[in-house]
Amino acid sequence: MNNATYITIFYIFAAVTVFSAAFVVFSKNVIYSAFSLLFTFFGAAALFVFLSADFIAVTQVVVYVGGILVLLLFGVMFTNTIMQADLKTDVLHVVPGILLLAATVGGMLFTFYTTGSWKPSDVQLEGSVVERIGFETMSRYVLPFEMASILLLAALIGAAFLARFDKVRNNEQ
Amino acid sequence: MEILTNIGLNHYLTISALLFGFGLFAVMTRKNAIVILMGVELILNAANINFLAFSKFNGGMEGVMFSLFIIVLAAAEAAIALAIVINIFKLFKSVDVSAIDTMKE
Repeated sequence: MNNATYITIFYIFAAVTVFSAAFVVFSKNVIYSAFSLLFTFFGAAALFVFLSADFIAVTQVVVYVGGILVLLLFGVMFTNTIMQADLKTDVLHVVPGILLLAATVGGMLFTFYTTGSWKPSDVQLEGSVVERIGFETMSRYVLPFEMASILLLAALIGAAFLARFDKVRNNEQ
Repeated sequence: MEILTNIGLNHYLTISALLFGFGLFAVMTRKNAIVILMGVELILNAANINFLAFSKFNGGMEGVMFSLFIIVLAAAEAAIALAIVINIFKLFKSVDVSAIDTMKE
């Protein structure tokens, strides 16, 4: 790929990610925030492809866009009366929030750009990592992998238990 | 110009710092519990970008595996948090986190 094209595409996806993330935070409408989060996740997935982690990019699209975002939209629809015209949300502590945002981002960027330069390894990740992820999952990371499956099972049961309709208490009354 | 055209670690770290700052801002200032959850997701995404960037420029697989487990944890966290938010909505008829100030029904 041409170097200039590569750089242009990187900056386009970086801009999409950052600006849609800003819109998520600064928009007053919850639905607009949720749909803007879609573009943030897609932009981040594109950045993952630039970082030669294609499998993580696909997982990001499947899990975040297909799962978490749909879940968040369900949450928005459940907890707001749709007929009510404004899905507005209030804000509080705006000035301390902006100060904290500026201080955090400014401090991190100052540290990144002033304290010397990074020393990247001679051997960088290149090409596809799918095969290596498979080997790592079944060798070094087999215990975290199994623990993640148990955690997902527990989260599934817990979420179903917490969110179900409370039949028992209604029968008692 | 050199620093702008040579895509390195600092570019990814900048994006991730911005995402983290926005997520922190959402968690701190918004009243709607759902938007606070969106802020948490932004923070987790920023961490993912950091892990993958360091993994890419380090050449190891540790960051890639860690970001995979972060995605798993984010999915579990979103499911549980939404269930809790829906329960809060049943009890208080609102998801305004500044109005939820009692532990009794």
